[in-house]
Amino acid sequence: MEYFLQQLINGLSLGAIYGLIAIGYTMVYGIIGMINFAHGDIFMIGAFHSLIAFLVLGLLGVSFVPLALMVVLVIAVLLTATYGWTVERVAYRPLRRSTRLAPLISAIGMSIFLQNSVQLLQGARGKPLVSVIPGAITLVDSGTFAVQISYMQIVIMLVTVSLMTVFTLMITRTTLGRAQRACEQDQRMASLLGVNIDRTISITFVIGASLAAVAGLMVTLYYGIIDFYLGFVAGIKAFTAAVLGGIGSLPGAMLGGILIGLIEAFWSAYFSVEYKDVAAFGVLVLVLIFRPSGLLGRPEVEKV
Amino acid sequence: MAVQVQAADIAQRAELDFAGILKRAAVAGLVTFLLTIGLVGFETVSSTGQLRLHTRFEAVAFAVAAVFVSYVCFEFLRARRPMIPLVVGAVAALVLLIPLVTGDPDLQWMLPFEAETLDWAALVVPLLLVGRALQLATAARARATGRQPPAVLGRIGVAFRRLTPLIGAALLGFAIVLPFLPFADRRLIDICTLVLTYIMLGWGLNIVVGLAGLLDLGYVAFYAVGAYSYALLSTTFGLSFWVCLPLAGALAALFGILLGFPVLRLRGDYLAIVTLGFGEMIRIVLINWWWFTGGPNGINNVERPSFFGLPFDRSPPEGTESFHTFFGLDYSPNHRVFFLYFLILACALITNFFTLRIRKLPLGRAWEALREDETACRALGINPTNTKLTAFAFGAMFAGFAGSFFAARQGFVSPESFVFIESAVILAIVVLGGLGSQVGIVLAAIVLIGIPEFFRELKDYRMLAFGLGMVLIMIWRPGGLLGRRDPTIRLHAAGEGAEQKRR
Repeated sequence: MEYFLQQLINGLSLGAIYGLIAIGYTMVYGIIGMINFAHGDIFMIGAFHSLIAFLVLGLLGVSFVPLALMVVLVIAVLLTATYGWTVERVAYRPLRRSTRLAPLISAIGMSIFLQNSVQLLQGARGKPLVSVIPGAITLVDSGTFAVQISYMQIVIMLVTVSLMTVFTLMITRTTLGRAQRACEQDQRMASLLGVNIDRTISITFVIGASLAAVAGLMVTLYYGIIDFYLGFVAGIKAFTAAVLGGIGSLPGAMLGGILIGLIEAFWSAYFSVEYKDVAAFGVLVLVLIFRPSGLLGRPEVEKV
Repeated sequence: MAVQVQAADIAQRAELDFAGILKRAAVAGLVTFLLTIGLVGFETVSSTGQLRLHTRFEAVAFAVAAVFVSYVCFEFLRARRPMIPLVVGAVAALVLLIPLVTGDPDLQWMLPFEAETLDWAALVVPLLLVGRALQLATAARARATGRQPPAVLGRIGVAFRRLTPLIGAALLGFAIVLPFLPFADRRLIDICTLVLTYIMLGWGLNIVVGLAGLLDLGYVAFYAVGAYSYALLSTTFGLSFWVCLPLAGALAALFGILLGFPVLRLRGDYLAIVTLGFGEMIRIVLINWWWFTGGPNGINNVERPSFFGLPFDRSPPEGTESFHTFFGLDYSPNHRVFFLYFLILACALITNFFTLRIRKLPLGRAWEALREDETACRALGINPTNTKLTAFAFGAMFAGFAGSFFAARQGFVSPESFVFIESAVILAIVVLGGLGSQVGIVLAAIVLIGIPEFFRELKDYRMLAFGLGMVLIMIWRPGGLLGRRDPTIRLHAAGEGAEQKRR
């Protein structure tokens, strides 16, 4: 029972990170109907920016952790969001009216480009970072097994919940959110009604990249080591999460992320670590066969 | 008419507003600064378990300046004022080219980078900028004079498609005589064999993506199945290459059916992500099922293919003959290389022949129809799932053949050869070649595989350039290098309906 509880905590914190990345996929898919293949690498770039920002702050002698975290968060989000914006502007916008495959290929190319440039600029080795938020609370101690929740895990869950709240409010309440939902439904109609399509799509990419940057920061802190290849696997899993929850649906992305995190944690704990990715994909295939629109997605209506 | 055009021309010239241009260029510079300050400006270096930071601010400054200046120049070109861009370009060319060409160490300070290899970036980036500048200049001219620029590439594409049979025959003839040409050394043949492997994979994937319109991001899985089938069958049962080749193809096709059956009901992008997942799953299984697949080390000492039973050994075992003794030739290691080359050429041609023929059969027609409109197909009584499944199985079968050839050529297989990036490369070949165009795939494979292979020394930059190339070609020619192939048969005269639809 204690073991189960511990895995639940681990799975939830992992799932929260996947969920944050998955939102980027699901938003972009919802609005322009493409798989933003480079999103995983944007997340990786967010992680690298956080790492570099921490090191710079360390050099400057900032040792008050909450302040450092805030500064790093702002820097990582700003720089990574620029990447999100630029990728859309350079690689996707010229292809918006072409075939469905063209932007996907462009995105795959962008992903390869980003991965390799980070490898060349920062080296291929894993980059370690000393633990910034050490310590844990012991929840249950049965003598043989102690269930712990680390401060880092608490931070991850708190940040994710608050970001999700802000984000949901933004989509449902603000003009920007309304514009986004309008673009999702019918771009031409939205533009006739005065919505600036290009700007709305750009902002979507910026938001997605910002959330990915937050996820990158948390992964850097949580695992304490990052490398240039980080984005690929995390990206696939996050996309799986988005499809699992129903692509285009924001709560779905979060739910999918948490489910993937839980599946991974429990599979690693009770079966085998090696096959945890196979388990995640297996669940995805099952869901797609029996409920092709995902858990919370609306079924697509085909028009002739 | 002419007067009007000139008036418009003058009006456009007068419109140039410097403040606006400078502002926008400053924004572009700021974006560049934000992009480069983190990853370029600071280098994380591990030393004694701790990370240290090195700074490279000069590279950031260079990038920002380059973007700012070229942005301003582009704006001038757009407004048809080529003087300033020309001067800037000439100065930049002088500054960059003199130290590169002369190699004079005293002039090295003019180059922006410390590392020698990065200096090549100082050539490539300006070339890209010049290309873009030319494009802008012609576009601006066309806009001002009201004349459309001749769509040179489009016309080349059309001419190319008309000449396809000729070009195909010429390429084939060249491929056949290539090993006997004087300049054909072992390295070149090796590279050509590799290119042919990718051409075959491209043609195989083209059945799935180009003809049936199914986006498969995990094609490499079937390639892996073929390679491992041959490796396992030959090392466990001692079966020869010629027995294993059809078996490997059949096994890969079987896998295609097994994997395809549950997921082919899904549409487009879902299919893409599920096939991507399958590709990764097969790789994970190959790594972890160590007692069967040899784990990360793979399988070594896979038997090399023989010339229909005659091995290519220097000294065959007692009582048997090898290739060179049977034909009374002197032993040469090139025999095997040439044989492998012709083997993959034959395999690739079979794939091509299959595709060309099946397009004319009901099944091929059904694939193309399915790609164009699935709903209409269903209304006409075509079973979409079965039709897609056959395309998937045939595509997988050819990947299986290519896989067993790969295993035979390498002599070993390991999961490392079957990563996602391979699937992406094969898909890129198909899409860049122009979906469904057989000759286009050949060209794309030569561009994407052959040319980088000659630049092995720049290994680290190869994948970088590869990714960049994919993005640039897509932006430049979204329909692929040669343009998309229309269905073999259609109601409207070829081109008419399609042109309208595309617009």
